[in-house]
Amino acid sequence: MDAITLLTFFVLAVFVGFEVVSKVSSTLHTPLMSGANAIHGIILVGAVIVAGQAESTPVLVVALIAVLLATINLVGGFVVTDRMLEMFGARRPVATKKDREQAQ
Amino acid sequence: MIVLSPELSAVLYLVAAVCFILALKGLSSPKSARRGNLIGAFGALLAMVVVFLSTELDNAGLILGVIALGAVIAVPASRLVKMTQMPQLVALFNGVGGGAAALVALLELTHVEGVGAVTAVAFTVLVGAVSFSGSVITFAKLQELMPTRPIIFPGAAVVIVLVAVGSLVGAVWLVFTGDPVAAYVLLALGTALGVFVVLPVGGADVPIVISLLNAFTGLAVAASGLVLGNTLLLVAGTLVGASGTILTRAMASAMGRSVVGTLFGAFRGGSSAGSTAISDRPVRSSSAEDVAIVLGYAQKVIVVPGYGLAVAQAQHTMAELATTLEAKGIEVIYGIHPVAGRMPGHMNVLLAEANVPYEVLKEMDEVNPQFTTADVALVVGANDVVNPAAKTSPGSPIYGMPILDVSSARQVIFLKRSMRPGFAGIENELLYEPQTTLLFGDAKESLTKVLTAVKNL
Repeated sequence: MDAITLLTFFVLAVFVGFEVVSKVSSTLHTPLMSGANAIHGIILVGAVIVAGQAESTPVLVVALIAVLLATINLVGGFVVTDRMLEMFGARRPVATKKDREQAQ
Repeated sequence: MIVLSPELSAVLYLVAAVCFILALKGLSSPKSARRGNLIGAFGALLAMVVVFLSTELDNAGLILGVIALGAVIAVPASRLVKMTQMPQLVALFNGVGGGAAALVALLELTHVEGVGAVTAVAFTVLVGAVSFSGSVITFAKLQELMPTRPIIFPGAAVVIVLVAVGSLVGAVWLVFTGDPVAAYVLLALGTALGVFVVLPVGGADVPIVISLLNAFTGLAVAASGLVLGNTLLLVAGTLVGASGTILTRAMASAMGRSVVGTLFGAFRGGSSAGSTAISDRPVRSSSAEDVAIVLGYAQKVIVVPGYGLAVAQAQHTMAELATTLEAKGIEVIYGIHPVAGRMPGHMNVLLAEANVPYEVLKEMDEVNPQFTTADVALVVGANDVVNPAAKTSPGSPIYGMPILDVSSARQVIFLKRSMRPGFAGIENELLYEPQTTLLFGDAKESLTKVLTAVKNL
């Protein structure tokens, strides 16, 4: 892929990244950080490609270490985020003003 | 095994990238957060299936075995970790991700051509290594394997500058020669740089640095996408880099800090003030029964929870005490500081677990004006977030951080384990004020005693 296309992807992704999290309450800072942390575990794709094309044993060993580390990042990241958010989900949906008026 | 055509796999990678965007979007709102995370996990799973079905891979069985091993390590670690230890686990996950990116780029060095690609390798190796070692240090600090205070040794600033300059020289050397030796040197220097940059960061600033290193790892992954010509890695890494930067700034501003001040504040004169020494100045301590009487005859109580509540796992007892007081017609609300505990949102998660209704959890701006009308501010295991030093002593490491104005309440009750200063290691003058009463002990035991006494009133 040519450099300009990659640059285009990069710049657009920067803006999307800024935009999606621009208004987040401090309550969700930790889960959001944890979720973003899980997403960069996708480096596992790169680690798998490198491991699958290893030409020598030392390269394979190092690549497999990268696969292991990336898996821990990816899988652990999503699981720990889910566990944090379990607490939010367990609660009944927050009663809105309308709900309360209706209840009265 | 090549089953998918390049076009189809590119489309599926695009779908995975969209999943990641939706995941971040979903995580920005409490209602959609859990679904957002699951969408992200689905995107990751999809991408893994695509890579196995679209690339000619040797040793596929071995690779799958290692992935299974990684999952076997990661899932129980995430499931079994205590709520209080989640921040350091996130730090550790972030670090291994950065390490993986650095290794991937290192191994790809022999396959890439052109200055642009080698520059991307140099960037990934350096930033990934910084993120790895920096995260390991934050883990050690939060796990209290090493002191949480800023650690500065004589000449630390000089060492940081030398290692940073050395890293840049190493990166330039690598870009111009493509020499693998340069890459190993860069890996070593990056690792050292991560350690030296994070060591001087102390106390409540550590979570901000975790967020910053998270953004770094994202950028390293993005650069590795350039190295491998993989658009998914580029887009996903960039998303995390960009959103992580915004998040880091938001976290820093919630604490009244700048990101640069967080990293290098300890080098400015005086800001390393503070000690873990236990003071012997007189304080007014009291019994659980006395505290129960004060609470039982109040009209309005504002609870300020902190890390001590989390450590003692006292959220259920706290919720029960609040319910008991409410049954007596006493108004109870919670004042939640943005960084109470060790991470933003820590207290909300804990109290939600104890089924405390969302509506009584008040954010700082909303609760601060209410302290003047409160009879009692009940501070449970919090310290730095109510420390007036943040307003009054410019030399203090927490100076400038917005705090909860508990001193405006008629009475302040601190439930504390000991007179040891908080995470930031600074004395709290509020403990010596005449309106302050202390109840020493583990938060859960203290709350249980107070609860029993309130019921017996």
